[in-house]
Amino acid sequence: MGGRRAEETTLSEVSELAEQEFEANPFGPHHDPVGSDPIKGAEQNPTDQPELVQLLTPEGERVEHPDYAIDLSAEELQALYRDLALVRRIDVEATALQRQGELGIWASLLGQEAAQIGAGRALQPDDMAFPTYREHGVAWCRGIDPMSIIGLFRGVDSGAWDPIETKFNLYTIVIGAQTLHAVGYAMGMQRDGGQGACLAFFGDGATSQGDVNEAFIFAAVFDAPVVFFCQNNQYAISEPIEKQTRIPLYRRASGFGFPGIRVDGNDVLAVLAVTRRAMEAARSGQGPTLIEAYTYRMGAHTTSDDPSRYRLASEMEAWKLKDPNERLKAYLVRSGQADAAFFEAIEAESDELAARIRKATVEMPDPEPASMFDNTYAEITPELAEQRDTFLAYQAGFSDEASHA
Amino acid sequence: MNTVTLGKALNMGLRKAMEDDPKVLLMGEDIGKLGGVFRITDGLQKDFGEDRVIDTPLAESGILGTAVGLAMRGFRPVVEIQFDGFVYPAYDQIVCQVAKLHARSRGRLPMSIVIRIPFGGGIGAVEHHSESPEAYFAHTAGLKVVACSNPVDAYWMIQQAIAHPDPIVFFEPKRRYWEKAELDPDATPEPLFASRLVREGSQVTVLAYGPMVKTALQAASAAEEEGISVEVLDLRTVSPLDMGPVLDSVRRTGRCVVVHEAPSNLGLGAELSARITEACFYDLEAPVLRVGGYDTPYPPSKLEEDYLPDLDRVLEAVDRSLAF
Ligand SMILES: Cc1ncc(C[n+]2csc(CCOP(=O)(O)OP(=O)(O)O)c2C)c(N)n1
Ligand SMILES: [Mg+2]
Repeated sequence: MGGRRAEETTLSEVSELAEQEFEANPFGPHHDPVGSDPIKGAEQNPTDQPELVQLLTPEGERVEHPDYAIDLSAEELQALYRDLALVRRIDVEATALQRQGELGIWASLLGQEAAQIGAGRALQPDDMAFPTYREHGVAWCRGIDPMSIIGLFRGVDSGAWDPIETKFNLYTIVIGAQTLHAVGYAMGMQRDGGQGACLAFFGDGATSQGDVNEAFIFAAVFDAPVVFFCQNNQYAISEPIEKQTRIPLYRRASGFGFPGIRVDGNDVLAVLAVTRRAMEAARSGQGPTLIEAYTYRMGAHTTSDDPSRYRLASEMEAWKLKDPNERLKAYLVRSGQADAAFFEAIEAESDELAARIRKATVEMPDPEPASMFDNTYAEITPELAEQRDTFLAYQAGFSDEASHA
Repeated sequence: MNTVTLGKALNMGLRKAMEDDPKVLLMGEDIGKLGGVFRITDGLQKDFGEDRVIDTPLAESGILGTAVGLAMRGFRPVVEIQFDGFVYPAYDQIVCQVAKLHARSRGRLPMSIVIRIPFGGGIGAVEHHSESPEAYFAHTAGLKVVACSNPVDAYWMIQQAIAHPDPIVFFEPKRRYWEKAELDPDATPEPLFASRLVREGSQVTVLAYGPMVKTALQAASAAEEEGISVEVLDLRTVSPLDMGPVLDSVRRTGRCVVVHEAPSNLGLGAELSARITEACFYDLEAPVLRVGGYDTPYPPSKLEEDYLPDLDRVLEAVDRSLAF
């Protein structure tokens, strides 16, 4: 940048400065951090906390964290692995289906499985999740049929699941909008005696949107039972995280007045532990938390994207060593909590799931054309009803022509 | 002379505008290294630097709001909105600030901003990627709104828009980005705010702009085979409207069909119909008819062919007009 800045500071210098300033006085002189029993490991004690909560190293070695203990049985660990493996398989199959022209587009979760399964499995029945367009793993945890999601990307509808019944909102493509919806829903829970909390998903790029910043403000001011779950996958399409922020994202929370924490997003155990704690805090009236799940988008932004135009293959190679699925697998094997037969069974189940998805996709019927008029309003207007009837008559004209031909 | 796509023509036009005026700068999401999701700004950051081709944070209101400040400072920001459906976070800045500051400042604040928006459907996309929001902007005093339909216009119109003193919302027909034509960069362009007769005919006038010009021309060819003579005008400018050529044509044919992808209800067709009726009521043999999207949210892509005006729907309206 043509020397307009007073000094040529590098990005890392800037964030280092910000960090020093922050650690000296994280909340400013007069600020009393929100909540009487703030989340441990979050911003309240930035100096004595590791920057990133991790319970499983990339090599699959179990490590302890002073504030985030987790004790899972072999069955529970196996169940998490099964989730990771199956959602990856759904993703791979959907990507292939798109390549073969069966889907219009697909937004891959590759590399973000642990972030999504860890967060998704922290949800309890009363909680409500607000996804972006990439949370296929959270959808899986909510019991959404993968075909409902595939239908959206195939272009047959805009999401076939019932958001109220499943407690999993429809996908939101307009970046950041759903974070405000989550806060509003949480304010509702606060007012009608609800037991749950909201989990709002968004990306690193989304943190620049006004809506997301407004969501932070509303949540803080109303102490809303909501957890902001940011998957920092390092990119917003082609733009690296440096285009959105000069400080680590989790530190944004302090400026809004609630705790923020960074977790290793490729460590399903850490994500589960951190999200559980934050959700529990929200449910028990301690207000919002920002979780930054530090991860990597291993695929393209979507199947329309070509990441070779803006990032180096070597970066990808480095992240491959931190693969979320391989990490849990290594731990299961190393600790003797799963044997070869277990992994074979998962493999077989994945194959079956993939085959089911493929068959159901290819056989998925197109929607009825006149269905586009449905549900535009709760009460259809006379003029729209007339338009629909004209449309039906026009369409019928074609089938008449065809049958006379 | 070389053959270029509409997308490439825009790219060349932007390049030329940047060469001609150092105050021109581009802003948007993914427009730098990636060259934009449609590659319209391909290679421009490499050649003009990050100070003039700016990958912004992901915030449309931020993009437009800072463009206002840059314009006040004498720059000519050319802003890319990634898709039609993502202009709304910037709507407040566009409608309340960009559109009004020239008037509020009694002309002291220049608002030379071009807002490029790829618009319309037909590409099989998911929600928010296929909309036609031009009427919202055409309805706003202080904004000018144009839409190109072919590579030659794309090349000239983008340059003319950038050089123009008023803010312009510049709609690009995204499904036609790959259409090709011969481009002569030494030719003399037509004025920006002028409509153009693109096919002569005698029985019905069809008015279109952006992606629907091609559809209208196809309909005219099909009509010819049935012995019906259709005249087609490419409006090119949506606000202000260039009514001269429109009224000349309708006075000759006595019939008019307006085609756009946007819903008919309160769309450009409504305004055109009113103006034509007011100006040449006694020349009309039939009411002005409209072919547009339905008054529903843009449907899932499997249904977009049913939603979008196509050759058949244009011909059906032509028939109705003739039968009146
Ligand atoms: C308001 C808005 N502007 C632009 C877009 C186009 N767009 C889709 S995804 C995306 C990047 C999002 O990045 P991030 O928030 O990091 O999420 P990720 O895709 O990495 O999961 C952009 C710019 C959009 N969907 N909505
Ligand atoms: Mg991202």
